[in-house]
Amino acid sequence: MRKVLLLLVSCLVIGLILSPCVWSKTKIIKVGINAPLTGDIPKVGEGTKYAAQMWLEDIKSAGGLEVGGKKYPVELVIEDNESKAESAVKVNTKMITQDEVMVIVGPQASSQAIPAGEVANNYKTPMISPWSTNPDTTKNRPFVFRGCFLDPFQGPVAANFIKEEFGFTKAAVLYDVASDYPKGLAEFFKKAWEKANGAGSVVAFESFTTKDVDFSSQLTKIIKSGAEVLFTPQYYNEVALIVQQAHELGWNKPITGSDSWGSAETVELCGKDCYGLFFSTHYAAAGAKGATKAFIDRYNKKYGYVPDDVGALTWDALQIVQKAIQSYGKITGNVEKDRKGIRDALANIKEFDGITGKMTFTEDGDPIKCAVIVRISEKGEYEFYKSVCP
Amino acid sequence: MVFFFQNLINALQWGSFYALIALGYSMVYGILMLFNFAHGDIFMVGAYIGFGVATGIAALASLGAIVLPNWLILVLTIIISMFLTSFVGILVERLGYRPLREAPRASAAITGLMIGIILETGNLALLGARRVRFPSLIESATYNIGGVYVTNKKIMIVGVSLMLMLALHQFVRRSKYGMAMRAMAFDYVVVPLMGVPINTIAAMTFAIGSALAAAAGILFGIAYPVLDPYMGIVFGWKAFVAAILGGRGSILGATLAGFLLGFIEIFVAMIFPSTLRDFIAYSIILLILTFRPHGFFGEPYSARLRL
Repeated sequence: MRKVLLLLVSCLVIGLILSPCVWSKTKIIKVGINAPLTGDIPKVGEGTKYAAQMWLEDIKSAGGLEVGGKKYPVELVIEDNESKAESAVKVNTKMITQDEVMVIVGPQASSQAIPAGEVANNYKTPMISPWSTNPDTTKNRPFVFRGCFLDPFQGPVAANFIKEEFGFTKAAVLYDVASDYPKGLAEFFKKAWEKANGAGSVVAFESFTTKDVDFSSQLTKIIKSGAEVLFTPQYYNEVALIVQQAHELGWNKPITGSDSWGSAETVELCGKDCYGLFFSTHYAAAGAKGATKAFIDRYNKKYGYVPDDVGALTWDALQIVQKAIQSYGKITGNVEKDRKGIRDALANIKEFDGITGKMTFTEDGDPIKCAVIVRISEKGEYEFYKSVCP
Repeated sequence: MVFFFQNLINALQWGSFYALIALGYSMVYGILMLFNFAHGDIFMVGAYIGFGVATGIAALASLGAIVLPNWLILVLTIIISMFLTSFVGILVERLGYRPLREAPRASAAITGLMIGIILETGNLALLGARRVRFPSLIESATYNIGGVYVTNKKIMIVGVSLMLMLALHQFVRRSKYGMAMRAMAFDYVVVPLMGVPINTIAAMTFAIGSALAAAAGILFGIAYPVLDPYMGIVFGWKAFVAAILGGRGSILGATLAGFLLGFIEIFVAMIFPSTLRDFIAYSIILLILTFRPHGFFGEPYSARLRL
């Protein structure tokens, strides 16, 4: 018993010595990045990390972040949420209570951003999710913001685009019922589609659960339903499987998607099957101009591929955070006070001109911005097709 | 009717995977009374080894070092990967299970779980979290037979699976080693006393099970070309259900139960809302087990003897 106790105590002591000094009170601006580096959507995590590191590079080369005439060093705390809701919550709690970050950027997917936002809001720490489009992420949470449009906007955009482009009246939806983002968006799409084409015009509303790989029975049902188009708001790894299986079952009508398709890896996994398909998203890399192009070129040069929407949105979110910290104008060293100040500054930003477009923020901390319809070209690039503004 | 046959084809493909993996569970369980929970992850390792072998051969072919038609690359990939993965199985048995053969069953069971986690995270550490696309070794061709769509891949997958199952059946029924395996499944206390080398047979069982899992992994990669390190977990559980449903150690049982599981999943989704697929499918299986607690071909007394 005594031996065990001794071992335990010595372990604790060593642990304490090795842990980074959380007591020292040098005034560092700590920004937490809550990203899915492993798990179902690792490419999303990679884009987040790379964009954040590029931002940090800029700050470092400027000698720190200038706040109220004084330069402060910035530190990024990048943590992996394994693209799981419970891990995202854990990561947020750890970053807030142990690392004492001032502001959190992330999580990206709604199924993590919604529960993690709850934690951030409870601890009164400002959080901005660059990519989460589900309304629940920021709803009634004064400390939670986002950098992208919402699904109640994206659903109608996707529905109206199909209507205008193809003139179809019967649509099918295939979505993951266990994930917040696809589920929410599928329902918003259905609502918008039935509003335009009458009740019952979504002829098949089929679902599956996360990690499923075989969609043959759902797709067979969809084909039988006589639908003219398939809308599937899924993440990039599922898109590859769904599109291929649909083609193998004899489906040769259009398949459309949403911003979750926009990953840099979609085409790599999906191949020729995805060429010529449309999806709604935040920005189009091919043919971009100005600051957007500068960002794309720099990212491409550094990491060897064209950044996807997650990278661009994370970049914008960090710029918004930077602007908020600077307009707050001081770092007191009292982290709770600083968090509150940064939140107020974030809420005070009414307009922002980012690389993913101009945004105006509403009372809830949600931006109003334009969506882009992208076509996957025969070279596998994301081509700008048209822009839809609210 | 077309709708029914289309689902039948889908179910045949889906069931083949369950059946191939269930065989590995069933053999190990039958002979060593051991739940090898790492088997789903060996399936994953097999798929990745297949990915590596296929990419390697394809790269050699494109360099012009060797000239091979695509179907031959596929056959070679399957054979080489089955061979390599069988060593993974032997290693798992030698390092994980053999030291614990006299230990309580629960220890052996958690060993399986831990080996599974080690394989998953090892893969994660080795290759990173990125998904890989399994190379499309055969050009997909879709045939329309009276409104039912069948691809050459589906025919190949079901065909190769059935061939492997038949080969296993023949091996176990006709060969000397097969007889030793059957004898050990019957009684593993007395049979070693008769001069049957228990360690060899145990290692061989793992090797065969793993080779089948590798074949399943490659066929899986052809049908669903996105591989990730966690692909074997849930799939392994479901195949385990099939193995138990088939009856302890029964090759025929595991095969039939694997296909049955595939059929139930696909047809439940055909009739009911797809959201309820697994809920209804596994309730049905629970019901079957209530009436046949030893599975289709399991023998009650043998379970009583050992557990």
